[in-house]
Amino acid sequence: MAVRLQREDFDVGAETEALVRGNPRIGAIVSFVGLVRDLHVREGYHRDAVKAMTLEHWPGVTEKALADIEAEAHRRWLLDASLIVHRYGRLEPGERIVLVLAASPHRDAAFDACRFLIDWLKTKAPFWKLEETPAGDAWVAAHAADDAAARKWEKD
Amino acid sequence: MKIKYFAWMRQKAGVAEEDVTPPDDVRTVQDLIDWLARRSPRHAEAFSEAKVFGAAIDQQVVKLDAPVAGAREVAFFPPFTGG
Repeated sequence: MAVRLQREDFDVGAETEALVRGNPRIGAIVSFVGLVRDLHVREGYHRDAVKAMTLEHWPGVTEKALADIEAEAHRRWLLDASLIVHRYGRLEPGERIVLVLAASPHRDAAFDACRFLIDWLKTKAPFWKLEETPAGDAWVAAHAADDAAARKWEKD
Repeated sequence: MKIKYFAWMRQKAGVAEEDVTPPDDVRTVQDLIDWLARRSPRHAEAFSEAKVFGAAIDQQVVKLDAPVAGAREVAFFPPFTGG
């Protein structure tokens, strides 16, 4: 179990290797990698070309939120290992933003936990995105679809 | 009491953080918002009713009817957009 918040890029292969090393019980790893896109669709129709994005976080609090989200995944699924790496600062299209790895003996838990981790992270960890567009800088608004994705995992 | 602002709330308010001493009749987060909004036109814009934002007391997310008594730090922020 680990979460990292960093400005620099990460190596998906190296992170995956490090996660499974010395743990022969792991039979499945599911990974999610989020990238910066060069296009942002606002309110369903208006398209902005995105030159870059700056990710702001809340030092200390964001790390704790990520750790809480990861701990919740371990309560819900039998995971052998997991990792969340989230970048901050200015990122350009094509750059990696976030890595989520979930490892378990069988694939079902790894798939579900990975999906849960990214869905919750998007709405429950303090990050804010500022996009640079030809029309000027614009803060990214919360997406209803992201809220709906997170709600799927709420327990009754 | 320390007030922190994040993302566009910081830009609109024009400050990242400030120390304030609200009067005794400021009992809840909503009272604090109403009081802070009167500090300057920029504060009023940051707390405009048309905007959706959240609050945290001493780094715990709270609802706007939460009491602020004893709070060391109150933070205001737009909805999270990570990932």
